[in-house]
Amino acid sequence: MSLNRQDIDKIALLARLALTESEVPAYVENLSRIMALVGELERADTSQVEPMAHPLPGQRQRLRADEVTAGDQRELFQRNAPQVEAGLYLVPRVLE
Amino acid sequence: MTALHELTVAELSKALRTRTVSSVELARAFLARIEQHQQGLNAFITVLREEALAEAARADARLAAGEEGAVIGVPIAHKDIFCTRGQRTTCGSRMLANFVSPYDATVVERLRAAGAVTVGKTNMDEFAMGSSNETSYFGPVRNPWDPARVPGGSSGGSAAAVAARLAPAATATDTGGSIRQPAALCGVTGLKPTYGRVSRFGMIAFASSLDQGGLITRSAEDSALLLGTMAGFDERDSTSVQLPVPDYCATLEQPLKGLKIGLLKEFFDEGLDPDSAQRIRDGLEVLREQGATLKEVSLPNLPLSVPTYYVVAPAECSSNLARFDGVRYGYRCENPRDLLDLYQRSRGEGFGAEVKRRIMTGTYVLSAGYYDAYYLKAQRVRALISADFERAFHEIDVLIGPTTPTPAFEIGAKTADPVTMYLNDIYTIGANLAGLPAISVPCGLVRGLPVGMQIIGPHFSESRLFNVAHRYQLETDWHRRAPPGFA
Repeated sequence: MSLNRQDIDKIALLARLALTESEVPAYVENLSRIMALVGELERADTSQVEPMAHPLPGQRQRLRADEVTAGDQRELFQRNAPQVEAGLYLVPRVLE
Repeated sequence: MTALHELTVAELSKALRTRTVSSVELARAFLARIEQHQQGLNAFITVLREEALAEAARADARLAAGEEGAVIGVPIAHKDIFCTRGQRTTCGSRMLANFVSPYDATVVERLRAAGAVTVGKTNMDEFAMGSSNETSYFGPVRNPWDPARVPGGSSGGSAAAVAARLAPAATATDTGGSIRQPAALCGVTGLKPTYGRVSRFGMIAFASSLDQGGLITRSAEDSALLLGTMAGFDERDSTSVQLPVPDYCATLEQPLKGLKIGLLKEFFDEGLDPDSAQRIRDGLEVLREQGATLKEVSLPNLPLSVPTYYVVAPAECSSNLARFDGVRYGYRCENPRDLLDLYQRSRGEGFGAEVKRRIMTGTYVLSAGYYDAYYLKAQRVRALISADFERAFHEIDVLIGPTTPTPAFEIGAKTADPVTMYLNDIYTIGANLAGLPAISVPCGLVRGLPVGMQIIGPHFSESRLFNVAHRYQLETDWHRRAPPGFA
């Protein structure tokens, strides 16, 4: 499985990662090698096997009642935000 | 008298309760060692000097009031993946270099409530992605046994800190071997509990079907003692299991007569360093002399665990790390042109090379047209691997093999090719894929470097793992050896 420059550009866009020009060749090479390793999976006959959904047999994701359990801590949480104003998170203008 | 830093958690606990030493004295002793060795080892990202001394004073007050508790006043370090309220929690990344957690992880909360004193936050591979600690934004950690070598990863700071006697114990996390591999390379004891045994609330997510919190300690006894405090149901973690926590210390000394040990055939392969293999065989002999029986067991699908892992883990990582958007918390790029530019450059600049590699691998295997061929295929192979373990545990009680293919390698030796680095986890990944508990214990030295023996058990068999490891440690002293210059 070999990836090319266009593949890497497309993946980086999907992943919302800006890559510098100098990083790209290494990712082409590395991801191709990783996908070659992953290609070994084709050796396994899995035609009769259900994909594993949970590491513990018989366990399922526990759900909780859809109720408000946490209080408003906006101020505390926004202390880690890069840019806020009047309780709002600021981002570049989206609509002109 | 033995120096304070040479004592295990169990011994420190006893010294505290008999008032031979105070918690403040202990905190001072370990903080002094941390400061002395920080430049040489880089095991910590944050040292919590004032906070630790205040916590220690509170612990002393609790002890003076006659409060009982094995952990009261014992110093501990937390891997910097666990959120600590009001303190920087970086996950080894530029992305979170200035993140101050608004809350405590459940693990931190429980240990704190039990009276443990947090001395600092340990260095780690960025977002726990790495096997050498070289991907940390805060620089690599050095192995106390040889500073030119890696301590392993991703919990390399925790392993190096415990090995160098900078803390008697440290928390850690394990997604593909991140507790056991550094424990092996640093000559300490590393426990990865069963999936769901320890709450992950406040533990920054990497791959959610694999991640589990655990411990790096000097002995199995210490691990048993601390797991009892850390483990248990937590309604804030939807993967936390509702099972009672046994008294792990009560069964430590049970005789091993009749214990059925499976030798993992696939682990003694051509990739295993022959000298390390001999140390494992010596370790098995110690267990056999105590009445255990050995039998070779084959898990035919296990050799596929590395490729399986490098689909499942990156896929889940790409999803988990989508939350880092440069908007709500974390790194933001300078002067974004528009929202897309803000996302792309904040993430491109905030994440390091290995994290980006994994996000991209995960994005690729999950992208339209590839999901069935990669992600679904990997989850099917994972079911085969899991079934191999289950079959083996019908015949035997525990599986034993090496933790790593070789002792610690040199810094820089494996950074050029990620696949070479990934193959370092070849013996540890299986337990993560199947959700099993496993422990690595020191079992000898090769060319002056520690070797780890890995014991894997069925789901929720931590008591048995501690029992086997403890009986082994009663007969051997590898776990008591300090790296030269750190005794």
